[in-house]
Amino acid sequence: MITLTIDGKKTQVVGGATVLEAARKLGVYIPTLCQHPKLTPFGGCRLCIVEVKGVPRPLASCTTPAAEGMEVTTSTPQLEGLRKTVLELILSDHPDDCMTCEKAGNCTLQELAYSYGMRENRFRGERRTYAKRDANPFIERDLEKCILCGRCVKVCKEVQGVSAIDFAYRGFQAKISTPFEHDLNCEFCGQCVSVCPTGALTGKGWAKKGRQVEVNEVDTVCGYCGVGCNLTLNVKGNEIARVTSREDTWNEGWLCVKGRFGYKFVNSPDRLTTPLIKKDGKFVEAGWDEALQYATDRLMEIKGKYGPDAIGGLSSARCTNEENYLFQKIIRAGFGTNNVDHCARL
Amino acid sequence: MMAMNLEIKVCMGTGGMAAGGEGVLKAFEAELKHNGLEAGFGKCSSGKVGCRGFCARDVLVDVIVDGQKTTYQYIKPEMVSRIVKEHIMEGRPVAEWEVKEDYHIFHDKQIKVVLHDCGEIDPEDIGAYIERGGYEAAKKVLSELGPADVIELVKKSGLRGRGGAGFPTGVKWEAARKSPGDVKYIICNADEGDPGAFMDRSVIEGNPHSVIEGMIIAAYSVGASNGYVYIRAEYPLAVERLRIALDAARQKNLLGKNILGSGLDFDIKVKLGAGAFVCGEETALIASIEGERGMPRAKPPFPVASGLWGKPTVINNVETLANIPCIIRKGAEWFASLGTEKSRGTKVFALTGKVKNTGLIEIPMGIPLRDIVFEIGGGIENGKKYKAVQTGGPSGGCIPEDCLDVKIDYESLMQLGAIVGSGGMIVLDEDDCMVNVARYFLNFTQSESCGKCVPCRVGTKRLLEILDRITKGEGREGDIELLEKLSQDIKLTSLCGLGQTAPNPVLSTLKYFRHEYEAHIRDRKCPAKACRALITFSISEALCKGCGACMRACPAGAITGEKKQPHKLNQALCIKCGSCFDVCKFKAVVKE
Repeated sequence: MITLTIDGKKTQVVGGATVLEAARKLGVYIPTLCQHPKLTPFGGCRLCIVEVKGVPRPLASCTTPAAEGMEVTTSTPQLEGLRKTVLELILSDHPDDCMTCEKAGNCTLQELAYSYGMRENRFRGERRTYAKRDANPFIERDLEKCILCGRCVKVCKEVQGVSAIDFAYRGFQAKISTPFEHDLNCEFCGQCVSVCPTGALTGKGWAKKGRQVEVNEVDTVCGYCGVGCNLTLNVKGNEIARVTSREDTWNEGWLCVKGRFGYKFVNSPDRLTTPLIKKDGKFVEAGWDEALQYATDRLMEIKGKYGPDAIGGLSSARCTNEENYLFQKIIRAGFGTNNVDHCARL
Repeated sequence: MMAMNLEIKVCMGTGGMAAGGEGVLKAFEAELKHNGLEAGFGKCSSGKVGCRGFCARDVLVDVIVDGQKTTYQYIKPEMVSRIVKEHIMEGRPVAEWEVKEDYHIFHDKQIKVVLHDCGEIDPEDIGAYIERGGYEAAKKVLSELGPADVIELVKKSGLRGRGGAGFPTGVKWEAARKSPGDVKYIICNADEGDPGAFMDRSVIEGNPHSVIEGMIIAAYSVGASNGYVYIRAEYPLAVERLRIALDAARQKNLLGKNILGSGLDFDIKVKLGAGAFVCGEETALIASIEGERGMPRAKPPFPVASGLWGKPTVINNVETLANIPCIIRKGAEWFASLGTEKSRGTKVFALTGKVKNTGLIEIPMGIPLRDIVFEIGGGIENGKKYKAVQTGGPSGGCIPEDCLDVKIDYESLMQLGAIVGSGGMIVLDEDDCMVNVARYFLNFTQSESCGKCVPCRVGTKRLLEILDRITKGEGREGDIELLEKLSQDIKLTSLCGLGQTAPNPVLSTLKYFRHEYEAHIRDRKCPAKACRALITFSISEALCKGCGACMRACPAGAITGEKKQPHKLNQALCIKCGSCFDVCKFKAVVKE
């Protein structure tokens, strides 16, 4: 264990921990933009700078390993002044459109601008402009709002293992790009969207569906597959505005394209809300009891007439392991046949 | 025949080749053959050599008859037959083509350690290097000294990194040696990117084996078995000569398994850089070798602890490594006797800009800047007035006239707000606007920023925009203070050396030439008359003879007038290119 002092308070962290992690352990707030607890440190935004006794220049706490006996100061007038300059520089190249931005109210950059009281900007100048593109129905990229924190690049590489995007170009023209500037054509998991601290990456279906303050957060489990990721439905009125996932769940907030973007069916008028039974060649709405009784009767009738092997069961990957277990059990023990299979094996 | 030995050396560094060195060498070979001279000498050779420094005089040719050396300058292929006939066959050197006194003055104050063999040996012939004592240092180290002894020797020599930061080389090696791990790397940083700098290129083009030998010694000392030379792809000649040298060294078992029976396994790979300035920064260079985008990583951990692929890594500059064999051969005391107390040895500089003699120079640390500019450099071109020297390229600063007696060493330059840097030295004269100089360097660093950290990516852009508007006559009150504040903040918050030093040209020109900034902003005047937006051209009626030269030179059709009558300049059409000013023989064109 390493013992260090942060703002006069002593703490112990394991070897390899960063100064920022040590500060968070102590509950000491240090502003960050590019840092994400699940991703390797980047050190690009420079907001998390701290003073370390004996070091002549400020150090980024997110990349500096904690060392034995280190004495760290997280806030001084000089540090706050430098943070303000850095924020002012970021905002000098950022559209002033919080009023209409999808991310307003849930934007780290906006929060920081608010808490540092940013209003005037000494560095107004050229701003990067990019035409919006990408024909895909999932991810909206607004590169003018991108602060190049690199979180999207890291999550795509380190968590998703895809590396669909990376930094390109140099200097002021540096940007996050797809290979050869083609339209985004990845698996559209949207992990990048989930870690973006600004409005640069959002869901295409999110537009004008509701600000964070207006939505009701409803926790549920994804029904798309047996993995069972935790979802948080952001509901406004009776409609899902977007789907997110909490970081403190077993799936750590990570989702796939289906769980994150495949929620439109919930409010679809075509969605089945009751069981249907075909009567005289037409589907007719029925109650659950009626439908189950009908299925039971017919299955027993077939078994009696043709024997158990006339029945087969095919289950779905959307079921959990437990459900699949019960399914094979009812087919084998209930109906007495081994004709049971699963779509994932096909 | 009249002589026993004949040797002809044609400068074929990049400068020499650009001036036509290849043709000159071919002409010599043809002439010697044509005259049947080869057979007549005990030893007759003609060959290429690397850069000898005075590139402005290329093609330079040494004709050595029985040890008697005559150097010719500005040689073209068609001049060769006369040299062969008169000098070689008749024994009368062609005096009018020989180098003059200024060539010797250029060299007199120099001490060539790193460049000792550059311009003397064929860089593609390992035998030529060995003949002059090459690889003796490596042999000595491998057979007589322990790794710790070598490190002690390098520490004692006082050698500091020549890439710019001046970190003690021996200390770096020791740290890497002590870092735990079986796999360690030696990297030679040949990603020379400062505008106007060509020290490392010349060393590799002129004597690649000195760098390889330095790397072998470093590998032995540190315990590394793999080496890389990270070199710019824009240096094709250096790359080619380096590859030839590596192959030759492998054939002689100076690289590879069990080098010279010592048990040391070490080989070197060449990695080409793709032209990013930031890849000269060591952590970005490591990222680039690893196949990642060349973006710097935070330090600590330092490469000596966790470098290439997380292994202990020593990264040394070309010139640093080329110094090593000399230190081993001649001793730490000898090396330490050169230079000053804290800056030992020599330093190679690329002397460019407004001096008469531009080229590659190697001087002992501690000589005054004045000697470099006014003796080696021969003073300012065209009788103009000295204004400043920019050292350290885009990371450096300028040195004004009243500091001309500053000693060239790490500490003295740092005190002035300049740096030794990798060795770029650009001389500026009265026609250079210092605001524009700062703008030029900021434009460079801004476009070479990797974009990773905010202060460098956006901050240098804003500095550049402010400088831009000042040079355009649109500067505002408060701009100077804003430049100073932003520069300080960028220096303190940037991630790597590029951003941390990028504002130096601004701070340094503000320190010594603040009045030029003030003149631009308050009086809308450029004192150097260099910023186009702030100057006007007019024709003095009293002085104009009506010769029409300016009218013919004007690309915009802005000048009209009858022959032998004073001409007129239409300001609305004038694009301020200065062509009229340059051609007027009567000083009738006035620039204000």
